Amino acid sequence: MRIGLLHSLIRKEEKLLLDAFAGAGVEPLMIDDRKLILDFHRAPEIDLLVERSINHSRALHALRLFESAGVRCINSHRVAQICGDKLLTTAALKDAGVPQPECRVAFTEESALEAIEQLGYPVVLKPAVGSWGRLLSKINDRDAAETVLEHKTVLGSYHHSIFYIQQYIEKQNRDIRSFVVGDDCVAAIYRSSDHWITNTARGARASKCEVTPAVAQISLAAAAAVGGGIVAVDLFESADGLLVNEVNYTMEFRNSIDTTGVDIPRVVADYVIGQARQ
Amino acid sequence: MHKILRLPLKQQGNTMGECPICAAQVHVSTGTIPGELLVCDDCGAELEVIETDPVELAEAPSAEEDWGQ
Repeated sequence: MRIGLLHSLIRKEEKLLLDAFAGAGVEPLMIDDRKLILDFHRAPEIDLLVERSINHSRALHALRLFESAGVRCINSHRVAQICGDKLLTTAALKDAGVPQPECRVAFTEESALEAIEQLGYPVVLKPAVGSWGRLLSKINDRDAAETVLEHKTVLGSYHHSIFYIQQYIEKQNRDIRSFVVGDDCVAAIYRSSDHWITNTARGARASKCEVTPAVAQISLAAAAAVGGGIVAVDLFESADGLLVNEVNYTMEFRNSIDTTGVDIPRVVADYVIGQARQ
Repeated sequence: MHKILRLPLKQQGNTMGECPICAAQVHVSTGTIPGELLVCDDCGAELEVIETDPVELAEAPSAEEDWGQ
């Protein structure tokens, strides 16, 4: 069995995964995306590729070309494409009937302002492609809306003119991140912060969250909606129940192993090895 | 685009490398693999391990817009 691991920088997650693979007697072929040259026909001789690039854009395009060369990938290009774009994620969740916050998409400053006022303040303006909570704007009133929209239009690159506007959910200073591996929701954490942005990359604290039937159900539904595989699902606890905020396809889990008591890299490695054997 | 600084490094066995920023000797733990990040204790620079035998270190790339999840 030949498993490839696509990476750029080696984070703690990749080291933990390598240890888990080693524990199962598997030594992945390390494929550094910074050294990779793809010709649309051939790829390294592997049975299955595990994608762990830190760059979304590299991962997205590399996965497409690996698949084109006949290599099965976890996660697939389709999953990366959907999860990497909040607009596509929202559409996929909607198609699958998975609960999520109200959203609007607009393409001009004027229509975005109208969309924001339709939703009602506050709203959260997000880049369609982005992560770690960067460039998120909580907009509390029309003055802020006009200012942020103008700045994005004038100073942002073209993809910042795709305005993704999400209803602000009052989440009591925390959200839930659940981890889905194949058909199982294996673990979940609360991410708590005094700030409205609750990414652990922004300093939020991780604590254990029980995987209740409700958490498992919506997490698995969200994972299925984007194409399945290995994903982390961000959930809001709203007055109307759990809502899916985002789905992440190259999940980071270093803060969630001791917190949950679940050996997430081991679970991931076992799943990948099992898939490679099929 | 981020510029990765590469400077020639002195080798002190397989576990020490030279910080490309401040030239301090940086300890590289056994089991470290290329692509890992570490921090120079002297200047605080984040460094990427380029090679482990002999040790070669470079300034780590800055976070890009599409990094992380």
